Amino acid sequence: MAQERPKEVRSEFLYFALRNRKLRVGLGILVFFLLFAIIGPFLTEYDPNTYAGPSAQPPSSEFWFGTTTFGQDVYSQFAHGLRSTFIVGLIGGGIGTLVGVVIGLLAGYRGGMVDEILNMLTNIVLIIPTLSVLIIIAAYLAVRGILTESVFIGLTAWPWAARAIRAQTFSLRTREFVDLARMSGRSSLRIVFTEIAPNMMSYLFLVFILQFGGAILNAATLDFIGLGPTRGMSLGLMMNNAVLWAALQLGMWWWLIPPGAAIAAIVGALYVMNVGLDEVFNPKLREM
Amino acid sequence: MRRYLGRKLLIYLLTFFVAVTIDWLIPRFMPGNPVDTMLARMALRADSAEVLRSYYIRAFKLDLPLWQQYLNFWAALFRGDLGISTWLFPQPVFQIIKRAVPYDLFLLLPAIILSWIAGNRVGAIAARVRWLDNTILPLGYILTASPYMWLAIVLAWALGNVAGIFPIAGAYGFGLRPHLSWLFIKDLLWHWFLPFSSLFLVMFGGWAIGMRNMIIYELESEYSRYLESLGTPQRLIRKYAFRNAMLPQITGLALQLGGIVAGALATEIVFAYPGIGYMILNAVQNQDYFLIQGCFLFIITGVLLANFIIDLVYIVVDPRTRLGMTGE
Repeated sequence: MAQERPKEVRSEFLYFALRNRKLRVGLGILVFFLLFAIIGPFLTEYDPNTYAGPSAQPPSSEFWFGTTTFGQDVYSQFAHGLRSTFIVGLIGGGIGTLVGVVIGLLAGYRGGMVDEILNMLTNIVLIIPTLSVLIIIAAYLAVRGILTESVFIGLTAWPWAARAIRAQTFSLRTREFVDLARMSGRSSLRIVFTEIAPNMMSYLFLVFILQFGGAILNAATLDFIGLGPTRGMSLGLMMNNAVLWAALQLGMWWWLIPPGAAIAAIVGALYVMNVGLDEVFNPKLREM
Repeated sequence: MRRYLGRKLLIYLLTFFVAVTIDWLIPRFMPGNPVDTMLARMALRADSAEVLRSYYIRAFKLDLPLWQQYLNFWAALFRGDLGISTWLFPQPVFQIIKRAVPYDLFLLLPAIILSWIAGNRVGAIAARVRWLDNTILPLGYILTASPYMWLAIVLAWALGNVAGIFPIAGAYGFGLRPHLSWLFIKDLLWHWFLPFSSLFLVMFGGWAIGMRNMIIYELESEYSRYLESLGTPQRLIRKYAFRNAMLPQITGLALQLGGIVAGALATEIVFAYPGIGYMILNAVQNQDYFLIQGCFLFIITGVLLANFIIDLVYIVVDPRTRLGMTGE
């Protein structure tokens, strides 16, 4: 009996998850772009940065997304850029969530002095505009990769997550089962990770989704300002190049539109998924 | 109220202190010597490189002990001395920023305030009108998920390039000089419209969704149900719900400010609009570190100030803060 319950709960989630239209649509778009990012780069023989053909060509059977002012293949840039978008989202969002969870749990469970200090720290990092810090850091880094970028993005994006998780922890730590665990003499660290964290797993997942989207948007802005990766390709860098090399004035829509459209679609899908998942996890919100 | 304001002020002062320290620390503790990196990128002849090198060492005052460098940095800051730009040599960074700021305010203030008001209104209406909800919600998600510069690019391409209605670069026509006349003001507004619209639209989406969700949440809460059971007219209940939903939206505005500023920077780059964002792009491309640092400080000061104003508004709107019931 005890072993059957989790299975039942899981199938109930699955039942509501499959019925939820928002979740299906969001997940569908996300999976589409994920597959594109994985498979896409193999479908082209051109490197994103080589001068592959005639310049400024609109889409054709040879160059599916057209070419840039320098004759680079826009499709190849797009496919490779999509890859780095997912990498930034995964690593940047992952680190942002992780730091937010650790600080939020610690501040919320310990309370007192630890909470005061961590809360102060959270508030300070919350107010400082993330991007301006990233600009300053990126400006002084001579060589920048997608990985470094993701790490820095993650390390500046955690405050709101920490704040939200702290509030959740506050409400959980006075529950009976936590008191019981405390009476049984377990260490605080174990209580936090075995009693409190599992009870907000669904919440943590939602935080991760929002951090994922936020990291992608942050990276796009940073790349667009010209502080993105110095090697490799990204969607923000594509837009940066397009605007710098007068794609707007020349009306080269095939170079201007796709990178941002992909970002908007991915982040939008994540937001919609977030709402859908919220409905799945929270019975009160389910549309019957 | 004093406790609330005092706490906020302490956080702002600390934040400013941390920001200035970051601004000072990063050039000094990044891997490698920034001066050498800077010179290496400039690819100069050996003798001129040596001259520039000694200039930078003196400019950064890198020959002094660290603690003294740090104090000097603060002292210079209070004199409004942010160094000299290398891109627009020999103009002081402070002057360059001062020239750019009016454009930023002109773009940002109307965009932030109008989108906030319009988003909240439309979101509140969408919460109770089915067909509006079905159109605003998906549209709102697309808008709020769009990177600022992408929407700017799309608008510039569609309305500027294809339709040819609006200009796509600069704050005023190339044939004009800033002066006070109808011709100039009309031209200024004409150039302002697209960057403003793109900022407005992205923010509008976020506020509308936020408000719609908050209203629905409030209408489901106990006090609404209680009022309903008493037979209170729907309009009154909605009014209460709207007022309660406003508070998180105000907090949200404070939290979003950093992101909005970043969006404005990117938008300015698309339209070559001569605000701080455009300055940063040029500073980055010309490796003008003093200008980057100056812009950084300016943005942070601006965001802190805006946060403080929002706090004051909060005191007016939320009676609990006046009674000292919330410490946050």
